[in-house]
Amino acid sequence: MSRRTRMLATAFAAAVAVALGACAGGSGDDEPAGQPSENATYPVTVGTVTLDQRPEKIVALSPSATEILFAIGAGSQVTAVDDNSNYPPDVPKGELSGFNPNAEAIAAEAPDLVVISNDTNKIVEQLTRLQIPVYVASAATTLDDTYRQIRELGTLTGHPDAADDLATRVADDIAKLVKDVPQRSEKLTYYYELDPTYYTVTSKTFIGSLFTLVGLENVADPADPDGANGGYPQLGLEALFSADPDFVFLADVKCCQQSAETVKARPGWADLTAVKNNQIVALDDDIASRWGPRVVDLVRAIVDAVSKVPA
Amino acid sequence: MRPGWLVAGFAAVLVAAVAGLAFGPVSLPPLSVAAELLNLVPGAEIDSGLTAREAAIVTELRLPRVVLGLLVGGMLALAGGCYQGVFRNPLADPHLLGVAAGAGLAVTAVIALRPATTGDATAGLPVTVPLAAFVGAVGAVLLTYLLGVAGGRDRSPATLILAGVAVSAFLAAGQTYLLQQNADSIREVYSWLLGRVATAGWHDVLIVLPYAAVTAAIVLLHRRELDVLSVGDEEAASLGLHPQRSRYLLLAAASLGTAAAVSVSGLIGFVGIIVPHAVRLLAGTSYRAILPLSMLFGGAFLALTDLAARTVAAPAEIPIGVVTAFFGAPFFVLVLRRAKRVSV
Repeated sequence: MSRRTRMLATAFAAAVAVALGACAGGSGDDEPAGQPSENATYPVTVGTVTLDQRPEKIVALSPSATEILFAIGAGSQVTAVDDNSNYPPDVPKGELSGFNPNAEAIAAEAPDLVVISNDTNKIVEQLTRLQIPVYVASAATTLDDTYRQIRELGTLTGHPDAADDLATRVADDIAKLVKDVPQRSEKLTYYYELDPTYYTVTSKTFIGSLFTLVGLENVADPADPDGANGGYPQLGLEALFSADPDFVFLADVKCCQQSAETVKARPGWADLTAVKNNQIVALDDDIASRWGPRVVDLVRAIVDAVSKVPA
Repeated sequence: MRPGWLVAGFAAVLVAAVAGLAFGPVSLPPLSVAAELLNLVPGAEIDSGLTAREAAIVTELRLPRVVLGLLVGGMLALAGGCYQGVFRNPLADPHLLGVAAGAGLAVTAVIALRPATTGDATAGLPVTVPLAAFVGAVGAVLLTYLLGVAGGRDRSPATLILAGVAVSAFLAAGQTYLLQQNADSIREVYSWLLGRVATAGWHDVLIVLPYAAVTAAIVLLHRRELDVLSVGDEEAASLGLHPQRSRYLLLAAASLGTAAAVSVSGLIGFVGIIVPHAVRLLAGTSYRAILPLSMLFGGAFLALTDLAARTVAAPAEIPIGVVTAFFGAPFFVLVLRRAKRVSV
């Protein structure tokens, strides 16, 4: 999330999964509270975090981490979340801030584990001074980061087997989706829109790597070929028009009210291939900006769009 | 200066410190907080009735934060008053000679160009951010000085200001370019730019303290010279002062203090320009009074605004730069209306 330039200040109460009905990757099937399914042994150590016993009051300050925790069955141990954590539907009400974390307000929850995606306001140092363990689940840059975070959170929360299952299942689901994509002689190209000012991602980013898996080519790659600038360039319209992508994927649907209609109405866009062929795909902002178990849904949305194009 | 004002200044610092320690998002009984503070005295063992964690909130979070607020606010207001005197310009602020732009560019470069961390980001920004900010700030002021002096025979303060404007614009352009190219670091840089005195433990305080001491000593010891400079260079020279020398010494000291403050707290505006004027309107126009009082009231002001920053929006925090202007501006308008017209 922190790697996103968009201000995601407008978190909506219920995230509606766009391209699917079922919950993917087991997200949402939470275990009944108070029944540790596994006999995890403590103390456990992950990186710099050591826990002497199973954490029962977890504060999750990153929507991705919240989704992971619930998906591995640690949801009943989560007592507070940040104001952007809105999935699964039964998350506790979140008032804390993940972007502007307030150490005292977090301490007031008396947590025995805090999970956060980035260290602003020296929050890690502040919480460490209060003897509160902090696990930094920074924005994933590869799918492997996601699997690692799932497993590490499983270890910390006492659900190592469930976490291992989830990571394996997410990987399998993605592999299956990708395998069914029809082979084609020439790669389809895409433009991924982060906001209406044409900020985008390259293949070097987490999101971009998913498109690469599905076999798409990113029109923004020349703007930051080696990823030296972090992979979030701002495209010029001329470059975009001359690249004429086959697809436009919109990740600014909720934040900035963009849609296939608004894209069509942009001056000069009507002649683009993606517009002419109705290949503008509205994604769910939340799913598209999180690196939790719902990446499967994102991959499915991409695969569905691509599969509609005759090879 | 009437001694009453000095008493008021110290009283303001005391009130700000007490409030900053007593209040926060977590409610703690004031007596327990006081007991916990007394426990910091070696050998004292009072039962404050607080849990270990609550005690840590007082001694590890609030206390260093209040001290840092006092130091940074004091530095910025002192430097601002000093700049206004040296340049005989009421609009001079401590960032005038490029401190802000230099620090901003350096910090942006460090954050944007650091190698991508895969997986577990080491907790916290690299140590290099305060260092980069300091080096960038000092470097920018040196550049301004060199350009200003190279600006020809005309060694008027205006030349220095113009050089500062040019240097700031140039560095700001570099910063904007870096940010635009590295959009993923915008949020992080932005949060630094907005300024904060969020800290834990004494590390940041110890970074600032030596510079603050040197700056305060130099500026306060030479504060009379500002009164002499205010009558004009020729008159000052006839009174036995080297206007140029004294001007550069004061500017160097004030810039150093500002750079140190910026290095740990980012860019906090408003304090350096408004506090000295409020003091001037209330306590008279002599720099002998303005400078020490600015330091006291500036520190108290920032410590209090930080209290607001961490409590008003709890459980989140508001960037302190927002709060300083939000509460400071109306207050200053009140002072302006009540004060007699004072020439600057």
